[in-house]
Parts: sequence; C-alpha cells; structure tokens
Amino acid sequence: MFIAELRQQLKGGEISARELIEHYLGRIESVENTLHAYLEVTAERALAEADLIDQMRAEGKPLPPLAGVPIAVKDNLCTQGIRTSCSSKMLEKFVPPYESTVTKRLWEAGAVLLGKTNLDEFAMGSSTETSAFGATSNPWDPSRVPGGSSGGSAAAVAAGECIAALGSDTGGSIRQPASFCGVVGVKPTYGRVSRWGLVAFASSLDQVGPFATNVADAAEILKVISGHDPLDSTSINASVPDYCSSLSNSVQGLRIGLIKECFEQKGLSSEVKTSVMTAANLLQSLGAELLEVSCPRFNDGIATYYVIAPSEASANLARYDGVKYGYRSEGANNLAEMTSRSRAEGFGSEVQRRILIGTYALSAGYGEAYYKKAQQVRTLIRRDFEKAFDSVDILLTPTSPTTAFSAGKHANDPLSMYLADLLTIPANLAGLPALSLPCGFDGSGLPIGVQLISNVLEESRLLNVAHQYEQAAEVMANRPKANLVP
Amino acid sequence: MKKISAEDVRKVAELARLDLPDQDISTYACQLEKIITYVAQLEKIETVDVIPTTRALEVLNVTRDDNVKSTSVREELLELAPHREGDFFRVPQILAD
Repeated sequence: MFIAELRQQLKGGEISARELIEHYLGRIESVENTLHAYLEVTAERALAEADLIDQMRAEGKPLPPLAGVPIAVKDNLCTQGIRTSCSSKMLEKFVPPYESTVTKRLWEAGAVLLGKTNLDEFAMGSSTETSAFGATSNPWDPSRVPGGSSGGSAAAVAAGECIAALGSDTGGSIRQPASFCGVVGVKPTYGRVSRWGLVAFASSLDQVGPFATNVADAAEILKVISGHDPLDSTSINASVPDYCSSLSNSVQGLRIGLIKECFEQKGLSSEVKTSVMTAANLLQSLGAELLEVSCPRFNDGIATYYVIAPSEASANLARYDGVKYGYRSEGANNLAEMTSRSRAEGFGSEVQRRILIGTYALSAGYGEAYYKKAQQVRTLIRRDFEKAFDSVDILLTPTSPTTAFSAGKHANDPLSMYLADLLTIPANLAGLPALSLPCGFDGSGLPIGVQLISNVLEESRLLNVAHQYEQAAEVMANRPKANLVP
Repeated sequence: MKKISAEDVRKVAELARLDLPDQDISTYACQLEKIITYVAQLEKIETVDVIPTTRALEVLNVTRDDNVKSTSVREELLELAPHREGDFFRVPQILAD
C-alpha cells in the first residue's frame, strides 16, 4: 500500500492505526525467524502510538502527514530510550539519552517506530554479515545476503515488515542493499539531511536516506527528514522542495548520461548490464535522450574511498575507550591496557581492519602519500562529474555489478568485497544525490537495480525520473514469485 | 607490492589502541598488504596543483551565537559509564607501578 492511499484509508475510517500496526507486527512475527532483519521490535511503543493516532481520528483532529506509517530504523541512528547498538558488542548496552534529528522529524510527522534494523557492524560492510548479532537474509532467497550495510532496513521493506525504513549510505550502504532486495533506496546530497544522532563512520561521506517499495513513498519520507539542522554544521541551509509534486513531470527532452566506465567494468554481470540498458532504452522511449559520457577517474573511486573512509573511521572510533560509555574489558591493570583490551574485545574484525587501515594511512610518514593523495583524487572524481553535468541532466549506471551474492562468499577476502562497491562510491566522494530502483530480475529471480545520479540538491529530478521509469516499466508487477516477498 | 609485516601491524595496532593476539596480527598483515597494495594505485595519478577535497560540499565558517544553554541529560550520560563513582567515571590506575 502507498503512503498516500494509507492516509486516505485512515482518514476515511477504512482502517485504524492499531489494525495497521498489528498487521505489520504479525508479518514480522511470521518472517523474522528466517530473515533477522530486526535487532529489536518496539511493539508496545508502536501500539501505544497507534492508539494515540486513533484517538486523534476519533476526535476529528487533523492528522500529520505520516500518521500511523510504520517505519523501521537502522540501528546506527540514535533513538532516545531505545538501544542503539550499531550491531556491535561495543554498543550492545548503549541506550541513547537523545534522539537523532531524522527520527525526531519522522515522529513529529506522525510516523511510528516499529523497530531497529540490523547492519554491518558500525555500517562497515556490504552484506550485513559483519553484525555482531547475526546476519540478515535476503527475502528473495534466504541463502543470499541482503547487501549492506543497511541490509536489515532493505530486507524489512522488501519482506513487507514495514512500509518504509531509514538507512545510511557512506559508500553505497543504502543503494546496494536496495538493489539486492528489489526496493527503492535514496542517498541524498551530502548535507541535505542532518547527521545529528547518526553514529559517525566517515563524516565527510555519511548521509541518511529512505528505503521504500516505491518512489512516491521514498519522496514522502525524504521530504520529512530533509532540511537544515543547527545541530549539524555540515547540513545545508536551503529550502526543501515538495518532492512529491514534481514526480509526474515528463522526461521529454531530458539528457541522460550513461557513464562509459561503469558499463565497461569487467566484473559487471551481463544480465545486469542488459537489464540496465533496457531501463535506459525505456526512458528514451519516454522522450529522454541517451548520451555516453566518460568519467575516467571513476575506476580510482574504490582506492580513494578505502583511504578516506577508514582514515575518518579510525578518528571517529577513537571515542570508544571503555571509559564514558560502551564496552569495557574487566581486570586490566591500568587505563591504557583497559582501553586497548576493550577495543580488541568490543570491535569485530571488519571494524578493526578498517581502524588499522586508517591508522596506517594517517600515521607518520604516510599522511601525504595516502590521505592527501586520496583527497586530491577525490577532487578529480568531482571534476569528472562536473564535466559530465555540463552535457547531461542526470547519470545512469547499474547500482551493483552483480545481483545478491551467496552468504559467506567474500568471508576470507575483504578486498573482493570492497571491490563490489565501485559503482556507488563515486557519488559519495562527490556528495551527489543518487538512488537505486528495481529494473528487472536475473535468471535466478533476484532483483537488479539501476542507479540514477543527479547534480547537487537535485533530488526532485532524481525522484521524478525514477517515478516516470517505475510507472512505465512496472517491474514489480511482473516479478518472479518469492515466498518472503508479499 | 607494498610489504606489510607483522611488526608494522603491531605498531599500528598500538597507535590505534587495539590489544590484538599474535594470530590476528598475522592475518591482518596479509589482508592489509593486499589492501594497501591496491590503494597504492593512487600513486600513479598526476595530482600536481590539485586542491584536496576535504568535504563533499564546501561549507565555510559555520558560526552560531555563543549562548550558554543548560541540558538535563547529565545524570543519564553518567549512567552510561561502565563504572561510575558519584559524579566521576571510574577507571583503573592511570600510571603504571
């Protein structure tokens, strides 16, 4: 059901908020044993919220825009009074005394928290397998990963365990799981959405965004969470357009750039390539113009990212010292030993690996060679985009070179997992808004995602083009059968 | 190929305050060697006079009025400490014997 329909049904008395929440809690109950998308389900709170909304309805009071909409939240966004673990032993008992700005805005708009979703530990990973509390499965095929790091949120939306969800995207952590799970996932312009209350991973790249089953719902959520926040000095002070009102605009005359380098990747599956090209051709048949563009420095995106992101992470994660909050190792003889042991015992191996990479890249003698060099290449990648946007309005690429891979596939080779992020990372490095939406299925019935990237603060265009494609392509109407996808 | 020895990893782990067992050190050494060798491809890129990007979008001198505000979460914050003693965080001894 679309949020807009739900709003009408609540208003018209066809359904109550309690019935709606009970439906989703029932759905969670029936599929969670297989999926493990949630780390915690906040059933009591959700039902209490629903009753308040039903009371407002009974009294004839006007309802806020997202009244009763059940939402799941990635467990790296602070929720006051509700454990926020980042899927880490380090924060296993952390109950934040404050609420993140994005979730605060959702609750003010009437949305209802259904629970906190699983992620790769501290959002570091592409499969949701590095969670300290067990992996999440892909609803299309439980032997496959849901993608990551926001795999719990993507799987929950795909399996009908919520209407929409929030995730965070540092190098593709919203778009890649959206692609693997056959849902819509949006990474906004860096600064469009406040990061206050998002547990920091790589501060110059992190951005919060929505997951939904369709573009219109994603637009509704994005509208509510966007906008300036005095608590985040990197948030952009610009007005937020009504993303919903421009969805029906025509794509006639729109110039779509196909990034040559993205279609020439040797790891790109032929099924993904064909499906994404078919999506581009459909947009062309709707009146858009297809142009090939070149972004030669794209192929250096991963190397750039795996210097910058771990460097920032190593600094951000220095705060976990076993003193003020988080895990503490007992029995150490002195403070230094206590801190080093707490971090060795509290962080999982992927987090430790990235802290080590970052510390190495920033350590004496290497700072210039790695960190500064990566920042310079980051500039070159930004320039590639600037040049591309001189001749096109929007860029189109596959979201991921493959469909969802099998659990455990990259377990012994971290670099092979990192290389799978090559198509999503450049938008983070340049701060550009990007989204993934379903465009087809492979021979095994797994969803394929197409990525759209637009210029700074052009989320309206991004959502408009995605919506036009979605309406014409009807990908989900022709989906293969999957037991866990309603 | 960049060589990363167990000794290099041990030094970095010490800087990062990670007390790792020897077995982990040697695993990380192999993995870091592969990763650092991969990212070293950046060395070949010409970047003379290229200004480094420190943030995705340039935001300059964000300031606010320097007003004192009180918050009421002091007790909740202290309660999050693994060991608390009154209004203090309790830790093991700071100086070695």
